[in-house]
Amino acid sequence: MNIVIYDGSFEGLMTAIFEIYEYKIAQPNIVNSNKETGSLFGNVHEVQTNKEKTARVFKKLKDKLTPNAFSNLYKTFLSEIKDIENILYRYIAYILSSKVSVENDYSNADVLELQQITKKVHREKHRMEAFVRFQLTQDQLYFCIIQPDFNVLPLISKHFKNRYADQRWLIYDSSRKYGLYYDLETVEEVSMNFENDVNNKAELKSICDEKEELYQKLWCIYFGSINIAARKNMKLHIQHMPKRYWRYLTEKNNVN
Amino acid sequence: MSDRIKEKLSILADAAKYDVSCSSSGSNRKNKDKGLGNASNGICHAYTEDGRCVSLLKILLTNFCIYDCAYCVSRKSNDVKRAAFTVQEVVDLTINFYRRNYIEGLFLSSGIFTNPDYTMERLVQVAKKLRLEHNFNGYIHLKTIPGASEELMKEAGKWADRLSINVEMPTEKSLALLAPDKKREDMIKPMLYLKQEILANKEEKKIFKKTPSFAPAGQSTQMVIGATPETDLEILYMANGFYKTMNMRRVYYSGYVPISNDNRLPAIGTPVPMIRENRLYQADWLMRFYGFKVNEIVDKENPLLDIDIDPKLGWALRNMNLFPMDINTIDYQLLMRVPGIGIQSANKITAARKFSRITWEHLKKIGISINRAKYFIHTDSEFEKKDLQPLQIKQIILQEGNSKYKPNFSPQLKMF
Repeated sequence: MNIVIYDGSFEGLMTAIFEIYEYKIAQPNIVNSNKETGSLFGNVHEVQTNKEKTARVFKKLKDKLTPNAFSNLYKTFLSEIKDIENILYRYIAYILSSKVSVENDYSNADVLELQQITKKVHREKHRMEAFVRFQLTQDQLYFCIIQPDFNVLPLISKHFKNRYADQRWLIYDSSRKYGLYYDLETVEEVSMNFENDVNNKAELKSICDEKEELYQKLWCIYFGSINIAARKNMKLHIQHMPKRYWRYLTEKNNVN
Repeated sequence: MSDRIKEKLSILADAAKYDVSCSSSGSNRKNKDKGLGNASNGICHAYTEDGRCVSLLKILLTNFCIYDCAYCVSRKSNDVKRAAFTVQEVVDLTINFYRRNYIEGLFLSSGIFTNPDYTMERLVQVAKKLRLEHNFNGYIHLKTIPGASEELMKEAGKWADRLSINVEMPTEKSLALLAPDKKREDMIKPMLYLKQEILANKEEKKIFKKTPSFAPAGQSTQMVIGATPETDLEILYMANGFYKTMNMRRVYYSGYVPISNDNRLPAIGTPVPMIRENRLYQADWLMRFYGFKVNEIVDKENPLLDIDIDPKLGWALRNMNLFPMDINTIDYQLLMRVPGIGIQSANKITAARKFSRITWEHLKKIGISINRAKYFIHTDSEFEKKDLQPLQIKQIILQEGNSKYKPNFSPQLKMF
């Protein structure tokens, strides 16, 4: 087994894959330098992220894949699930080894698995587009804290930019400690450490717009009023809104 | 002031909740000139405890009503609290909910006060104000008031993404019984008008791209089921007619929730016909996405959908002469009809079999429901289920399966 260490970025992974071919590294095991702990057995090859090598991998893949399948590579990478590097490597190796297009060969285990991961990432992206609950501050910034299962901020940026074009907003991922900030012109990634407890009501009230509390209350009233008690179905409710998201949902924790 | 608006919202959301439509898709409204919002694929922002999606701010402008339809909670003779929003209040709620990412837009309906035109005019005003004064490009669904003038409907279509007129009851007879003030004709006529306008607008857009849209998400309708004695045959033929002749985007089936002691209706406490409603939606999906004709789902011999199995399985069991089929050669249209295989799995199977012979192992990984499909398909390995009769297959599937409705299948009453 040959260990290939990369820096955890998507470009880093592409460079790693390039170098596996360049140095003919057999049976590679790609690991993220930020995650791996303990001793590593076998030969270790360290990758320096390289733009040119990345671009060459991209170019080759663009020839071989439909635009959709190509963009799914990055999406699945954002899942951050264990071993995603090696699944992606095996998938890419299979794509490059075949003369015909095999991106839809669901009889191949890696092709099918990547398709299934794509679906999970897409579901999480969609959930965040649904579950963001903005709160308005005194300086007219709409902000929201989320904790998605996968690193989906890069995937939801466009949706929020297109939709909320006329208001400043900030969406902060408290697990990954960075956010997206839109200043009415462009969206930028901002790193920060937001220690405030999202559910500390007294503190929130001090920074929020005077109407904020009223609209949260109205939303909760609305949410309660459109429920049909005679049709209660908590199993379905929880299936659609899993409990781990509740602490960030106004209607689920503004009960008073 | 804020207490009054809270009370109004709770009354007028409560009164709107029996309208089941929540769809916010099918429009393709872009964010214009850096304004607020857009409308495209539709997002469910929350789900209530009954498991229904919350996509739109669904409210009545008022629950005052001059009509006395027996099945309706806002009927004139019902002793409930009444309230009315002003146009500005609805606009403010919509904008402020939308900016916080609570909703995709507004679904505005109303009780009928003074007369149909007066009511419709207020609904149109809300939509117009949102579009013109707030540059709001989110989704707007307006209820069309039966009896409103064509000019007002035309104006409504200019601002709204979707318009709907509820047919209310599956047959004219039931409508006459429960809603003596309403006539079927008053619903069908505006539907036809909207259909023509929508089609004409589409044609015009092909020639002049800049033509303003007219109800780009089309029209839908709803009927109450389980309040009157219609069969599923009558209901599905009616729905099929709407899809075919009115170009409806959706027909909604609303299981009657008993809200009245009126002896023309099921008594308060009667269970909501939720399984039946679910089976009707399954049948509806088969017609719209799986290429089924309505007479393949229900016919004179089988006017009721099976309650204990879904209509696709029901169809397959009635047509065992077609099965089993070879998973490696079966035509795509038929593949979708195999119980346990949905559209997405069918797509994957047809893609995968270009590369290799499909095995049970592949099918398991792709995620089809083997427990159902195994009676209807075979792979290269032997097909082993050949001697079973349809009824036996049904029994085995029911025993193995864990339907969420199972407790309801038992004909025996639970006493405690």
